Amino acid sequence: MTRGAPLLQVSGLSKRFGKAGPAGLRDIGFSLSRGETLAIAGASGSGKTTLAQLVLRLQEPDHGTIQLLGQDITRLGGEALRRMRPRFQMVFQDSMAAFNPRASVRRILEAPLRIHKLAAKGACEPIIIRMLEKVGLGAEHLDRLPRSLSGGQRQRVAIARAMLTQPQLLVLDEPVSALDLSIRAQILNLLLDLQEETGIAYLFISHDLAVINAVADRLIVLDEGRLVEEGATAAVLAAPQAEATRALIAAVPRLPPGGPG
Amino acid sequence: MTGWGNIGWQARFGLLLLAALGLMALAAPLIAPGDPLALSGPPLLRPFLDAAHPLGTDRLGRDVLAGIVHGSRTTLMIALFSAAAALMFGSLIGTLSGFLGGIVDLALMRLTEAFQTVPAFLLALAAISMSGPGIPTLVFAISLGNWTQAARVTRAEVLSLRERDFVAAARVLGMRPLEIAFREILPNAFGPLVSLAAISVASAILIEAALSFLGFGDPNRVTWGSMIAEGRTVLRAAPYLSVVPGIALVATVLGVHFAGRGLALREGVSRRERVAQ
Repeated sequence: MTRGAPLLQVSGLSKRFGKAGPAGLRDIGFSLSRGETLAIAGASGSGKTTLAQLVLRLQEPDHGTIQLLGQDITRLGGEALRRMRPRFQMVFQDSMAAFNPRASVRRILEAPLRIHKLAAKGACEPIIIRMLEKVGLGAEHLDRLPRSLSGGQRQRVAIARAMLTQPQLLVLDEPVSALDLSIRAQILNLLLDLQEETGIAYLFISHDLAVINAVADRLIVLDEGRLVEEGATAAVLAAPQAEATRALIAAVPRLPPGGPG
Repeated sequence: MTGWGNIGWQARFGLLLLAALGLMALAAPLIAPGDPLALSGPPLLRPFLDAAHPLGTDRLGRDVLAGIVHGSRTTLMIALFSAAAALMFGSLIGTLSGFLGGIVDLALMRLTEAFQTVPAFLLALAAISMSGPGIPTLVFAISLGNWTQAARVTRAEVLSLRERDFVAAARVLGMRPLEIAFREILPNAFGPLVSLAAISVASAILIEAALSFLGFGDPNRVTWGSMIAEGRTVLRAAPYLSVVPGIALVATVLGVHFAGRGLALREGVSRRERVAQ
């Protein structure tokens, strides 16, 4: 793998639900380099989450290929797919639903280490605590259950869980849309710090262009399962071409005029 | 994880009741020394008349109290073991069925239906007449007809749980399917299963009673079921012969019910949160 090769290369990706049902996704293609943040924007039902699930191989595409680190993972299954799992991880929108309600933070964070044998059983704890501190929590949270944490804290645990396998790609599905504004800024800053430190790439799904403007280098816009616009975030926001993009911009209460954040 | 302090009065009451029954079973030789099947007094003595036989005697002059405490050993063992076996097997089948889906689901559910169409008692009777009486056979025979409900309930729970994000999260982490099914999903499906436990215990005791009545129990052991069955023949003259073991049976079922319900209420917290989303 050369340095110039994209980390993630998606081409011709299609997925239909039902025979004549909603569009699903049609012929989506994009690429993502190491350390880059690509935002996927679109209104509800535009196919953003489906795209995330296809990239993470939680659903099977009808057509198209997904290449990660130069390897075609579109048809990978079973053990081969599991071996790739540490390389790409995910943070979910609903942090309450994303955890087994009966598992403590300790068990939640041990899982990635245990599954991929990244640390011996006794050696997990210091690694977990270091990661918790990195995301702004601490050892005192180890024995808490998800429901006894605040939304922001849960999302930090989710980020910690995803980062423990040291992935190169993190798919974030509306990671801050359920949080209030001040917490939202904290989580976005945390993500930017982690990116600076580890060089991880983000596939950042959001309907909120203000958030995207703050974190994303590039932006693609989906509308009813089609890719309607693509480009550098600043350029797209300054001169939107597609109707769907203009609608999203109109939906943002106050966007800083013109420039990137 | 769960302390005595935070399990609620229902669970505490149920567990205390079960503990008392368990203690009675363990202390049987102390409370009523000697053979509970020995003739020890005049027949059909009513309760509370003679200090030597506080709960009276049956048709043959056997002490009822001795029967109750010694019977609790066999009855509780059979009932709790067969209910546990039925729940475990049922939840295993239900989890596999709901989680794997497709052809496995189809096959397992048809199997479950096949068992459901035959009354539990007939299944037990068939099993016991093939292999002869004995405690392990009884446990097996009784659980044979009791696991289907657990399987269906678990399957329904698993079907709704497997669509949740934390299951997707486990897949993204690379967890193996069986671990997802049994470590992530099944423990979250326990709530309704716990409520089923009370029903299973009760029905196990009743099936055991019916088997004893037909002579398929162990003739050398006294059980509550066999006492009720025997008392039934003199129900008008000496109702206490059925009522006393009946009360013991009710106490057991209530104990399991309250313990199960109390523990399930804790479960309810997370279930409500689930609904709220």
